[in-house]
Amino acid sequence: MNRTDRLAWIGMSLILVLTVLALAAPWLAPYDPLAVSLPEALLPPSAAHWLGTDQLGRDVFSRLLYGTRISLVIGFIAMGVAVGVGVTIGAVAGFAGGWLDGVLMRAVDTLLSIPTIFLLLAVIAVDPAERLVSLTRWPIVGPVAAAVFHWIDPRIVVVMAAIGLMSWMGVARLVRAEILSLKEREFVLAARGLGASRWRLMTRHLLPNAMGPVLVSATLGVGGAILTESVLSYLGLGVQPPTPSWGNILNEGRVALGVAWWLTVSPGVCILVTVLAFNLVGEGIRDRFLR
Amino acid sequence: MSVRLDVQRVTKHFLVRAGFFQRRAGVVHAVDEVNLRIDATGTLGIVGESGCGKSTLARVLVGLLEPTSGQVSAGGQAVHTLRGAARRQFCRDVQLIFQDPANSLNPRMRVETAVAEPLIIHRLASGQALQRRVDALLEQVRLPLMLRRRLPRELSGGERQRVGIARALATEPKLLICDEPIASLDVSVGSQILKLLNELHQSRHVGLVFISHDLAAVASLCQRIAVMYLGRVVEEAPTAQLVAHPWHPYTELLLRASTLDLNLRASGERPSNIHPPSGCRFRTRCPIVAPVCQEDPPLLEKQPARLVACHKRP
Amino acid sequence: MALLDVQDLSVEFQHGPDTVKAVDRVSLSLEAGQALAIVGESGSGKSTLALALTRLIQPPGRMTGGRIVFQGTDLLRVDAPTLRRVRGRLISYVFQDPATSLNPVLTIGAQLRETIRLHTTVAPDDVDACAVALLEQVDIAAAPERLRAYPHELSGGMRQRVMIAMAIASKPALLIADEPTTALDVTVQVQILQLLQRLRRELGLALLLISHDLLVVEQAADRIAVMQRGAIVESGPVAAVIQRPQHPYTQQLLACRLTLSQRSSS
Repeated sequence: MNRTDRLAWIGMSLILVLTVLALAAPWLAPYDPLAVSLPEALLPPSAAHWLGTDQLGRDVFSRLLYGTRISLVIGFIAMGVAVGVGVTIGAVAGFAGGWLDGVLMRAVDTLLSIPTIFLLLAVIAVDPAERLVSLTRWPIVGPVAAAVFHWIDPRIVVVMAAIGLMSWMGVARLVRAEILSLKEREFVLAARGLGASRWRLMTRHLLPNAMGPVLVSATLGVGGAILTESVLSYLGLGVQPPTPSWGNILNEGRVALGVAWWLTVSPGVCILVTVLAFNLVGEGIRDRFLR
Repeated sequence: MSVRLDVQRVTKHFLVRAGFFQRRAGVVHAVDEVNLRIDATGTLGIVGESGCGKSTLARVLVGLLEPTSGQVSAGGQAVHTLRGAARRQFCRDVQLIFQDPANSLNPRMRVETAVAEPLIIHRLASGQALQRRVDALLEQVRLPLMLRRRLPRELSGGERQRVGIARALATEPKLLICDEPIASLDVSVGSQILKLLNELHQSRHVGLVFISHDLAAVASLCQRIAVMYLGRVVEEAPTAQLVAHPWHPYTELLLRASTLDLNLRASGERPSNIHPPSGCRFRTRCPIVAPVCQEDPPLLEKQPARLVACHKRP
Repeated sequence: MALLDVQDLSVEFQHGPDTVKAVDRVSLSLEAGQALAIVGESGSGKSTLALALTRLIQPPGRMTGGRIVFQGTDLLRVDAPTLRRVRGRLISYVFQDPATSLNPVLTIGAQLRETIRLHTTVAPDDVDACAVALLEQVDIAAAPERLRAYPHELSGGMRQRVMIAMAIASKPALLIADEPTTALDVTVQVQILQLLQRLRRELGLALLLISHDLLVVEQAADRIAVMQRGAIVESGPVAAVIQRPQHPYTQQLLACRLTLSQRSSS
């Protein structure tokens, strides 16, 4: 196994460990992440509190564990949204060509030229969470939405969708480029000659062969989504306290940076390790495809 | 009922775009005013060197490319305008085999899926019957059944080409158009493929159109040969007569060059097909060129079943 | 003394736990001015052999034994500077696909001049004139203008002529040509083979021709060696081997040849 493969396996193992930690958070966490205990505020790491406590006396380690859930879920789902939208639009643009391609790509270009932060601010300012909650009052979608929102805070759903909708453009371009070059390949011509319908051409011939770069991009995208969530929470726009996420732990730790380094270093290291793990896996996949 | 393709004044031009604004910089005259009658009972060879338009013609013949002018018609209707049921019937009757089997097979499709695809598209079989049909096709092209689950990259060049042929035969076509099927294969493998194609023609009465730059290969397989140069058909005749007594000077050149006769005086280079010579396109290299050759010679049947486009021959 | 005397040359490729013998104890010899053809199908090792002759084999390939005696010196045992004096100067190469052998972003004049500067002792002031002379020697008309052309502006036949011009710039003793005409139209093939024949006469060049095409070999070579799976199975004068092949593999190759005199159409 060469170096890239070994690193990719290390990355996979890390992600596996993180997933297990996230799933087992309720059992692994020594303390309630929301339990406030002012007398125990800003304690440095010790045997009782492995990563110390924050300004409200909450155990940092437990908060980080729960934060893993949030970060991973947001990472995967945001990336899922990005890939879903990106592949659809990119494939349609690449396959159809002509004016449709032109229109779609100009839309992509426009969205890409708007600074991400402003897009996010604009989206979040509209308070989409409220509108999502109002979905529960609709006839058929309502109960489904209500069940989903029981599990996940609608505001987190907003964050996921927002991040996803900001990242699909890159995927779209990638997919379009792959489809454009695949369209001219002889096996596609052969399939057309056999009488394959456009749907069949797309689903059985074009997309399966275009997914390579998309897979790489998606893996790297999870890392990117997690980072973006951290930035958002850092700015106070993402996951709202008291729900812990790595980003808002970082944010809260900012003011106590001089006296309580563990409040920023711990979430920082978590983010670093996770994004690195996803990047290693992405590199491994890319390497596989090139071989 | 036999299939017949009527190729009438088929022309295919490609635009060359250059420069920052992708302006029209020129036109590639790939195929120019080609007339052919392809009968699915016989074997026709189309021979020419690179740039003569034979691959483009192959794609126009099956409707994968739309001609710039003229048409290829089957049963009275232009092939590239067929839709729906008529188009599906045409796809079943006329199939194309490509040059480079490494490229003409979906790299992610296993052999059995690739061969089954036409049967699935045209709903000709399913389930167990589908499996049996696929096996029968693999046997027909002499592929060991244990290669069924292989991917193209796990096969040799010859095996891949056999898969391509099996796939083309799935719908029991009446006419097979083969675009340089052995060009990228070793000589021994290529000769096996030629034998296979010959067998298919003899035993299953599949008509063949064999397109190649290799005159010897074409001559061994086909009853009639059409010679192309710079997008035009310059001569068409029964194989024996073409090889023994060629009429067109280019055919002569090609015949002698094919035996690699180093005493041959082969002057000049093939002109580009963006700026083909006016009149007779071969006149810049022709040993018997005359003033009359400034005018385009039409392809005329100067003897029964022998056509040539030359002012000075026969 | 033979110009080139190869004895028991072997080249191995390592793929994980497997070792593949691409060239298996090959021996051959070539006199000055002679033309030897190596014939085989894909996978026979002929191209690997061509590269091995001047130690151009890269890992995972390894040369594992034998001797390559060129003009009396064993190339497998000389140091790097000596090898560099041989490679490109005394032994030149022409490869199959001129489209990928020429640098697409440099004019052919630039590439030709670079070769002249590196491999000949021509004075800097005379390099341009030398380049023009070389192009004329390979029958390229309007040579001074052609020097300014880029590879993609030339036809396949012309590009191959440029490659040959670059190869003969240093007036080598041996030219190794790996499938030089395979990618070309048959009418152009004839022209290139005629050119090679003429150059051999004018320069006293020895030719090692690698091909899968027996017709090419018949016309262009004096002797022939047939390779199968890394080993030479038969060798001898061209006419003798083609008319009376001894080895079954040679017989098989010859049987598959289609000539215009054999036709089996109904």
